[in-house]
Amino acid sequence: MTLLKNREVLLALAILLLVILVAARFPAFVQPGNLVNVFNDTSPLILLAIGQMIVILTKCIDLSVAANLALCGMVAALMNGAGVPLPVILLLVVALGGVLGAVNGLLVWKLGIPSIVVTLGTMTIYRGIIFLMTNGAWVNAHQMTDAFKALPRTLIAGLPVMSWVAIVAIALFTVLLTRTPLGRAFYAVGGNPHAAVYTGINVGRTQFVAFVIAGALAGLTGYLWVARYAVAYVDIADGFELSVVAACVIGGVAIAGGAGSVAGAVLGALFLGVINNALPVVGISPFWQLAISGSAIVVAVAFNSSLNRKTGRIILKPVETK
Amino acid sequence: MSIWRKALTTAALASVLMATTAAAENVKIALVVKALGIGFFEAAAKGAEEAAAELGDVEIIYTGPTSTTAEGQIEVINALIAQGVDAIAISANDPDAVAPALKKAMDRGITVISWDSGVAAEGRQMHLNPSSSALIGNTIIKLAADHMPEGGDVAILSATSTSTNQNIWIEEATKVLPNYPGINLVATVYGDDLADKSYREAQGLMSTYPNLKAIIAPTTVGILAASQAVTDAGKIGQINVTGLGLPSEMAGAVDSGATISFAIWNPIDLGYAATMIAYNLNKGTAKAEPGASIPMGRIGAATLDDNNEAAMSDPFTYDKSNIEQFKSIF
Repeated sequence: MTLLKNREVLLALAILLLVILVAARFPAFVQPGNLVNVFNDTSPLILLAIGQMIVILTKCIDLSVAANLALCGMVAALMNGAGVPLPVILLLVVALGGVLGAVNGLLVWKLGIPSIVVTLGTMTIYRGIIFLMTNGAWVNAHQMTDAFKALPRTLIAGLPVMSWVAIVAIALFTVLLTRTPLGRAFYAVGGNPHAAVYTGINVGRTQFVAFVIAGALAGLTGYLWVARYAVAYVDIADGFELSVVAACVIGGVAIAGGAGSVAGAVLGALFLGVINNALPVVGISPFWQLAISGSAIVVAVAFNSSLNRKTGRIILKPVETK
Repeated sequence: MSIWRKALTTAALASVLMATTAAAENVKIALVVKALGIGFFEAAAKGAEEAAAELGDVEIIYTGPTSTTAEGQIEVINALIAQGVDAIAISANDPDAVAPALKKAMDRGITVISWDSGVAAEGRQMHLNPSSSALIGNTIIKLAADHMPEGGDVAILSATSTSTNQNIWIEEATKVLPNYPGINLVATVYGDDLADKSYREAQGLMSTYPNLKAIIAPTTVGILAASQAVTDAGKIGQINVTGLGLPSEMAGAVDSGATISFAIWNPIDLGYAATMIAYNLNKGTAKAEPGASIPMGRIGAATLDDNNEAAMSDPFTYDKSNIEQFKSIF
């Protein structure tokens, strides 16, 4: 019973049910090869959802992640075109993503601007920078080196590197959030900022660190994205920030901050990933797909919040009958 | 400053004078494009020069604003009127905004036609479309059918379910399907012109229809994503991705073999045809009126419909033989 009250377990069961439903209509969906595909396809969403979750934990939100991803992806593609070696590109995009996140973080920390406003602005600025760099031109598959495109696809023990990156991130951030002072600080800042100040936590600085982490993850994902789809242009991952926030919310991350877990965010992302990958194969009319994936989000969130709702304080206890 | 300005004015004056004397008997045709520096239009200018060389007594003025704005084009048009050109062939940034300026040009006796991107009817004598919806619909099916001698399943991967262009093309494509026996259209899916969604939809098509022989994507984002998905699934040679794409973007896919051939209008032909039409209208060898047929040199003749619009030709097909030549153009 207590196990069923656990949000993550419930969500995992919901995903399982979803997979069974899909398999009933399209058995090939549950073949291991396809499930690996689904996980791999969801990896970018998982990476961004982890970053977003940490930001949301601190009572902020980062709407610029998708634009950050697009900008870092384009920079990676351009550096590749200029002959920069791949390891250097990887380091630089992660650093660039971190810097872009730091811009958000600094504006929130030092100027006290609400994060939704800051990131709404930087979201447009980052896309604008891609335009400035490229004049709207695309970087295409034949302009990228083979090594650049091959890395996310390289199989290690049956899983593509892109999936391994997600798995490593899941492990790393689970440890960070549950076993380090910084991890606890994220929860404290979001749960009760005033109390956090009294315990000696610098609220602004903690939020800044959260933005840098989210940015760095977006930067890394930018490379993976561009290399996987073998194309970079201004509009890649357009609107992806909303999927990322949706994944967090489905995963039970409280939008008001202070509550959530890496496992929740990952499961939320997987939930969306399964829907995204299942809809094209179950033969539902494309005209219904948007409505269905939207409803799934609302249902999941409604379910979550009903679990979450505090029942009214009991003033008069019913007489216990024995 | 003043010395500079004087020097510049003198130079400009001198060049105008020289130009007028040199081209006294030439037909001056201005090719006005959406913006300078765009590969597609540079290629169209190349075609215009080809037409000029063929005609002999034509001087091409290739011009346009530096960014794709209607205001910029209006300035350019006014400058061309002042310069006294004989004909203007324009690809408009806005169909209505440039119409008054072009009307003024027509009042001065200048031949005005639009091509590629049209102008409202009152602002031009005729409009040349690169192709017609019917021709495009037929071409995308033909591209797939040509490489499927024994027939089989094909699927369409479109942009959004509400994209006007794509929906018309798909409608035209389904109309001509009976002409291609054995070609079986099993599904139409929508990738929303997003690389990731199109990729996923292509993956979905491959697993839902194991016998799929071709994916037809009449959108540049879709065709690219689908060929990547086919490459990643290791199904090159088994599934042919085709449709409408740009050579610069598709060069990789054609190289790998995921795409055998694809189509798009040829900008060189378009510039060539527009120049030919402008020349013929200006010389009076043809009239811009519904039903008229205007010669376009090596391409044939354009037949005008009730709105004084004409379609140039089938979209041009690109494959291994010509992709190298075009990938740097647009």
